[in-house]
Amino acid sequence: MAEKILTLPDFTIPARIDKVGVEERADRFTKRSIKKETKVKGLMLALNMIDLTTLEGKDTEGKVRQMCYKAVHLLDSYPNLPTVAAVCVYPEMVRIAKKAVGDSGVKVASVATAFPSGQSSLKIKLEETRYAVDEGADEIDMVISRGKFLRGEYNYVFDEIAAVKEACGPARLKVILETGELITFDKIRKASDIAMYAGADFIKTSTGKIPAASSIPVTLVMLEAIRDYYYKTGIMIGMKPAGGISKSKVALHYLVMVNEILGEDWMNNKWFRFGASSLANDVLMQLMKEKTGVYQGKDYFTID
Amino acid sequence: MAKRDNTLKLKFDSARKFAPAPESRSAAKIKPKYDLFINGKFEKPLSKKYFDSTNPATGEKLSEVADSSAADVDKAVKAARNAFNSWSKLPAAERGKYIFRIARMVQERARELAIVETLDGGKPIRESRDFDVPTAANHFFYYAGWADKLEYAFPNRTAKPLGVAGQIIPWNFPLLMAAWKIAPALATGNTVVLKPAETTPLTAMLLAEIILEADLPPGVVNIITGAGSTGAAIVNHPDVNKIAFTGSTDVGKIIEKAIAGTDKKATLELGGKAANIIFEDAPLDQAVEGIVNGIFFNQGHVCCAGSRLYVQESVLESVLRKLKDRIETLIVGDPLDKNTDVGAINSKQQYDQIMKYIKIGINEGSDMFQSSCTLPSKGLYIPPTIFSNVAQSSRIAQEEIFGPVLTIQSFRTDDEVIEKANNTPYGLSAGVWTDKGSKIFNLTTKLRAGVVWANTFNKFDPTSPFGGYKESGYGREGGLHGLAPYLNLV
Repeated sequence: MAEKILTLPDFTIPARIDKVGVEERADRFTKRSIKKETKVKGLMLALNMIDLTTLEGKDTEGKVRQMCYKAVHLLDSYPNLPTVAAVCVYPEMVRIAKKAVGDSGVKVASVATAFPSGQSSLKIKLEETRYAVDEGADEIDMVISRGKFLRGEYNYVFDEIAAVKEACGPARLKVILETGELITFDKIRKASDIAMYAGADFIKTSTGKIPAASSIPVTLVMLEAIRDYYYKTGIMIGMKPAGGISKSKVALHYLVMVNEILGEDWMNNKWFRFGASSLANDVLMQLMKEKTGVYQGKDYFTID
Repeated sequence: MAKRDNTLKLKFDSARKFAPAPESRSAAKIKPKYDLFINGKFEKPLSKKYFDSTNPATGEKLSEVADSSAADVDKAVKAARNAFNSWSKLPAAERGKYIFRIARMVQERARELAIVETLDGGKPIRESRDFDVPTAANHFFYYAGWADKLEYAFPNRTAKPLGVAGQIIPWNFPLLMAAWKIAPALATGNTVVLKPAETTPLTAMLLAEIILEADLPPGVVNIITGAGSTGAAIVNHPDVNKIAFTGSTDVGKIIEKAIAGTDKKATLELGGKAANIIFEDAPLDQAVEGIVNGIFFNQGHVCCAGSRLYVQESVLESVLRKLKDRIETLIVGDPLDKNTDVGAINSKQQYDQIMKYIKIGINEGSDMFQSSCTLPSKGLYIPPTIFSNVAQSSRIAQEEIFGPVLTIQSFRTDDEVIEKANNTPYGLSAGVWTDKGSKIFNLTTKLRAGVVWANTFNKFDPTSPFGGYKESGYGREGGLHGLAPYLNLV
């Protein structure tokens, strides 16, 4: 079949998103009451969608290895638990992580492109991307140039994403918009559209390095962008909210939202991820509560 | 042969499947029988007759309520007349205290009221819990505040109460409508005879219990149950000074005729067929949400429901697709389940009425789309329904259906849509969706409707007046404007 020719939208036209309406709709997801088998199923799915993350200057090889072990062995005393989806590290740690997760099926994602600020030249960003892929990364989490975007240089942002996508080769590309720096829903929507049309496999909210991280309304706007892109092209794009999601209840509300906006085809870790480090333990605690009827102390769950 | 649909489909089956999360029925106690609340006491009806109130979601009988005869109405009006003398002379701040007390007690018993509202009327517990009951309490709070400030509301005039107010309310928002009616009447020093609708009398009877417990002087509020003949007896009673009615335009016309030539004052809040207008520059995803809130809120049993959708032709296809996908995610089912979005149709009579119009729509040749959800096997349910390619002259676009049925028409220019939107005997509400402020102001001044929402729909607040144009009635309820119909201003 011949390749479908994709006509690009005019990115200079402002997106039209009504903040009050978005927040009202977002609030509806949090009103869903998730109980019993639906809850257990949702919690298992949430675990399986986590990108277990460590992105610190002080990361050690030992810490990365421990985290990778946890990624595969979340709680061995609980039978038939899934693994997380991926571990997410700096390029320097990719080789170690790759070895540590072995053939468990857990993917290794690497941040790249001068994460978290993106303040570097395109040349260095592409080199860093290729380096991470060569080290064995299955997925690349890039950041967009927010300065250029806010200045209205949409073509630059588009071309940069397209170039990084090319440098990724077989690795899947997640594009971090850093929504906390874009501020308005109109801009978040526009950045989502640019990223998808430029070749993103995933769009992601945040680096986790600034206080304003992911939220349900922000994710809703991005999910609606993904849906509209799918309507137009038939191409599925993944979504990854990151930062600030540490409670199971909130994670379940995110899943309700994905299910109501994009439907069940997106309800797996190929198309939806949580960028989170502390969420896993809260989910495990809730699963144990569902199983035993009582809450266990947090020291029963390992910190890695 | 059916047209082949090549559009990509999103799958929402699992989005509608949640483990049951029912609100606890036992948290609400419904008595097997309710008498009439007259002169501060529950009294057996002189008619000696009772009728059943049932749960439309299951058909089960919930309770029996008294069927008031004209003699019962007379008794209630006499009690209200007796109470008026002292109530209207009470210091205004004291009146306010009583209303504040009712407001707080409604809040205290919010959960119970919400459950009974849902059981008796079929509306989703999410709505009765998050909308009906809190808004009812807010109305009491709001008008309690006005009680001792009438001289500021109407400066340089003396505000005098009218006397006995006969109030007749509908079945779509039973408790909320009772609050809309009772709160301003009491704040202005009137006394009340209120009749709830015959299919949904129970929360009004709980409100009677609250009023009794609040120690309101006997006779200030009387709540009597019954059907149309009871309502007629209130309207025709010579000692009633004011009629406040919310309900159908047909009954509104009967009331008009009945009080013609008398000195009774009236406010009528009647039917509607609101236009909801989406321009191409609107925030479309939020507009789709507004369409859903506009027509599927309370199963479409809303007089101001946005039942006629007008979409600018350049975005029609996009809006239709988004709307259909959104409708697929609505959960239709047990009203007591916390996840239910659309509950049960209020009565068999209303169910038949809606089904009749759906048949008319099909026969008229419009394209129908319904949610693919499965309906509960018993009880009265209708899936969210939309008709596109509807003509202005289609009956489904002209007549009030009062159910979860939306008609969709496209338009090209502003003038065209204003003309079409106003081309109805009704004029209760309208909605405008656009990113452009100037367009909003242009339309809001030209749409002949009492309430015009911009970039939202079905929003209510006690501080905001509500009421109609043309056959949607007259008089305003809510806000400062809602005080005047209960006062003689001299």
